Amino acid sequence: MTWTPDHPIVSIRDVEKSFGTLKVLKGISMDVMKGEVICIIGPSGSGKSTLIRCINALNDIQGGSITVEGQEVHDHKLDKLALRRKVGMVFQQYNLFPHKTALENIMMAPVKVLKEDKAKVAERARSLLKKVRLEGKEDSYPGELSGGQQQRVAIARSLAMNPDVMLFDEVTAALDPETVKEVLVTIKDLAAEGMTCILVTHEMGFAREVADHIYFTDKGVIVEHGPPTTFFDNAKDPRTKEFLSQIL
Amino acid sequence: MKRHIPGLSAAAKTDLPVLLPPPAPRHHAGVLNFSHWLASIPPWAPFVLVLVAMLLPSLALAQDGATTKDSPFTVLLRWIPFLVTKGFVYTVLISVLTMLLGTILGVILGIGQVNPNRAIRSVSYWITQIFRNSPWLVLLFIVMLSFPFRIEVFGLTIPVPDWSKAVIGLALPVMANISEIVRGAIGSVPSAQWEASESLAFTRRQTLYQIILPQCIKRMIPPWMNWYAILTMATPIVSILGVEEILNLTRQAIEAENNRPELLIPFYGFVLLIFFAYCYPIARLTVRLERRFAVKL
Repeated sequence: MTWTPDHPIVSIRDVEKSFGTLKVLKGISMDVMKGEVICIIGPSGSGKSTLIRCINALNDIQGGSITVEGQEVHDHKLDKLALRRKVGMVFQQYNLFPHKTALENIMMAPVKVLKEDKAKVAERARSLLKKVRLEGKEDSYPGELSGGQQQRVAIARSLAMNPDVMLFDEVTAALDPETVKEVLVTIKDLAAEGMTCILVTHEMGFAREVADHIYFTDKGVIVEHGPPTTFFDNAKDPRTKEFLSQIL
Repeated sequence: MKRHIPGLSAAAKTDLPVLLPPPAPRHHAGVLNFSHWLASIPPWAPFVLVLVAMLLPSLALAQDGATTKDSPFTVLLRWIPFLVTKGFVYTVLISVLTMLLGTILGVILGIGQVNPNRAIRSVSYWITQIFRNSPWLVLLFIVMLSFPFRIEVFGLTIPVPDWSKAVIGLALPVMANISEIVRGAIGSVPSAQWEASESLAFTRRQTLYQIILPQCIKRMIPPWMNWYAILTMATPIVSILGVEEILNLTRQAIEAENNRPELLIPFYGFVLLIFFAYCYPIARLTVRLERRFAVKL
């Protein structure tokens, strides 16, 4: 089956995931269309991060199915590398390569994995750095950059692979309040350009502003979902209401 | 970096009760124990010690007016060029070659210890453990006595010199210890680095060689140098098996001087000093590099 843009780019059906005897995901389903921005919110330990890590097969699942562009992710025959070229991921702790400069961090995967021409990649990497507003930081090592700057390099590093979907796993959770904004602005730019984004976040104001659809998870299930205005102003489920009352 | 501790440093004085930080350990126990200890010795101390030891028999001899023999010190001076060029040079050569062989094999074995294949992993693990925990001298005996003294290839007889067998024998425990250093260094890289490169579609192999190992090299240098100093100090055991190196030649030199008992301390004292003089700078450098590379991620 070939995938066409009128089908969901990411489709999650009844996904179940356990760590040993602990059931983390108990039947999660969601569809993401191309160009959509999805925010997953919910209390700690509700399985948000686990869910998005399943989308690029960093975690395996025990039940259900996840497809990206029509391709089953948890198929043993699947070429995980091909999948990961389509799905970029940004982590809470940035995870930049500390022995490489910002520019090298961005260039590494396209050069080594995609075997692209080094000069062309360098040019793209520079324009990506410009895009995340870090011109002049090409030769800085991650240790010399602030948390927010490192996170923006990490975003640029993922973008360098030209992914179709970007996953953001609580990317601002480790940042101090002033630098949160610069990272959020970068993500907002991306969303505005039509990049499909799936974010796990605790930034409610941001979720409300950029998301097309919000999913609220608790204890491994999706409790409620909807467009931001309905979700935030007219939450129906008592658990959602309780959660929102605690944080808003 | 200097911190001002209230009540301790002059710049920030307080009469309030303060909880002082625990004193830093002088040389903390760990993988670099040997280098820490060696580097903490004042460099002049061994020289003074040996000098005093040398003087005692010399003085005794001086009181024995009847002798016409050269003083032990003169004898030693006569032998020093021979001991260094024909002895210590070979000691260094053996230690360098051993380290080279041990490092190459150890890196392969260490990477084997983190192989996803269970069989390769456990074989590497057991080889490492066996050679790491065996007495060096026993390993040396096995290699020296079981290896042929010459190999015949296509009718050509190639002699296998004793020193090359000594290198192999000593390289085995070094290999096992380097293997542990490599395994430990790979394990010390946060698992998030593996995940980040996985998510960028790097293969396991690419991740290991391009992301993980380059980060390990810095961490491995100090323990690797520590092992080089330990190995160098251990090379004299090859003299038991008749390999020509400094200890062996020293014994021969004393024999050539009619086994005069007052020569023992000056000669072996000199051997001690030359080892110290060679290993001490290595230990100091090791400790310095360890401090410099102690950067958090």
